[in-house]
Amino acid sequence: MSILVIAEHDNASLKGATLNTLTAAAAIGGETHVLVAGSNCGAAAKEAAEAAGVAKVLVADNAAYAHQLAENVAALATELAADYDVLLAPATGNGKNILPRIAAVLDTQMISEIISVESADTFKRPIYAGNVIATVQSSDSKKVITVRATAFDAVAASGGSAEVVSLDQVTDAGVSSFVSEELAVSDRPELTAANIVVSGGRGMQNGDNFKLIEAVADKLNAAMGASRAAVDAGFVPNDMQVGQTGKIVAPDLYIAVGISGAIQHLAGMKDSKIIVAINKDEDAPIFQVADYGLVADLFEALPALEAQL
Amino acid sequence: MKVLVAIKRVVDYNVKVRPKADGSAVELNNVKMSLNPFCEIAVEEAVRLKEAGTATEIIAVSIGPKVVQEQLRTALALGADRAIMIETDSEAQPLGVAKLLKGVVDKESPDLIVMGKQSIDGDNNQTGQMLAALAGIGQGTFASNVEISDGKVNVTREVDGGLQTVALTLPAVVTTDLRLNEPRYASLPNIMKAKKKPLDILTPDDLGVNLNATVSTLKVEPPAEREAGIKVESVEELVEKLKNEAKVI
Repeated sequence: MSILVIAEHDNASLKGATLNTLTAAAAIGGETHVLVAGSNCGAAAKEAAEAAGVAKVLVADNAAYAHQLAENVAALATELAADYDVLLAPATGNGKNILPRIAAVLDTQMISEIISVESADTFKRPIYAGNVIATVQSSDSKKVITVRATAFDAVAASGGSAEVVSLDQVTDAGVSSFVSEELAVSDRPELTAANIVVSGGRGMQNGDNFKLIEAVADKLNAAMGASRAAVDAGFVPNDMQVGQTGKIVAPDLYIAVGISGAIQHLAGMKDSKIIVAINKDEDAPIFQVADYGLVADLFEALPALEAQL
Repeated sequence: MKVLVAIKRVVDYNVKVRPKADGSAVELNNVKMSLNPFCEIAVEEAVRLKEAGTATEIIAVSIGPKVVQEQLRTALALGADRAIMIETDSEAQPLGVAKLLKGVVDKESPDLIVMGKQSIDGDNNQTGQMLAALAGIGQGTFASNVEISDGKVNVTREVDGGLQTVALTLPAVVTTDLRLNEPRYASLPNIMKAKKKPLDILTPDDLGVNLNATVSTLKVEPPAEREAGIKVESVEELVEKLKNEAKVI
């Protein structure tokens, strides 16, 4: 069995989700290579070569891959696929965007967002927003799979010394181009990688009140999240959304403030190790999943919490 | 400009689904079915393009047993001009759906294909990307804004760190995210009118597509239950528990 993992990276560094995907690769079993497609991505490739369990890193360094355009990266990976039995990527925005294109051209039914490897051809994945877990088996000779990073531990980021090979081919499909991006800039840990996440919901009442969340998050060196209700109400931007249609997180500590606990939100955070809920409605469904529930007015509880941390 | 909108009939999003007792499949008997929410957004976007004078014709397409006509009539009531049903009782997986849609794209030559980013039953998030790959065209997935000009479409996409805008040569596939628009409701007169709009029926054979499924579901089960914990009385007690009991801060 040979496995190609498509790295999630921002050229300057490898994203943690790649390390979780390598654990899924190890569970499937086989010689594992990592593809780093980007522009000026040598630093990311170097990190990939140091990750545990990687036998070889393929580096495609070209402007065509600078912004992870699906058309170009998928065309490259499809060319490389001939040498591999399994193609994996984390189920990040890029992974979800790119992998189905590869699978379609390879005439393989892709398997999305696996949460466990039962055997080399059998996997578990959530369906119906995580309300049902399906065990699925693929009879395709080549398998194309995205991996839910929070369901797998990360491999060690250092200690490996994989061979790094530069690829010469450039696959520019010529049908898409990058125009612009607006990325949130923050000193905080990334939402999906943070050990602690503090999230606010509709109970925050407005965007300004998220300052109360921010103050607690500062004390805990935590990432900030939000429920879909808070995002849809315009309190905070969409990249903060935790939930089935937002980001899936599983930190050591998740503090849900003013969040009722809709299924859509629970699907995004219920695998957190410890969940704290602060809500003034003692019947809020969030308390059914919380390890520690505090029935309180968040406008009093948050400043008190900040003061005691 | 011709717009093709691909839609799916799914379990209504308000229904709490559960596996059958024998774990063979999800219980779908006597469950309310609806148009997939992301597909509603796709239909709405197409209708807005027509209202803006950009689109001239909207074709809605869906795949499944006879009953998917209900969702196609909904799309017609919302503003689609005509509908195509690809009738099959076989389970169509995303790759099979993409192949069928590719067949429709070859027949109809739309300038833009709009569809939901995923269906809320299978949560695969594959079909739009697969269709774009099979058709050899560009894709703007997880769209929160769509602008068309000069044979191109600029799609603003919801990506992990924020927003990214890409320019795609038409024809192209756009898959919708939640914040693209707020879908309207169909009015009663439009529901009546929709009954008279044309609805063609094709089969997978007509399009030369074999729906052989290569991924089989061995079992479905409820997720592991998370046990409710305790209520604390005060912020002091909460901090004490987090420090000494859970040891997470």
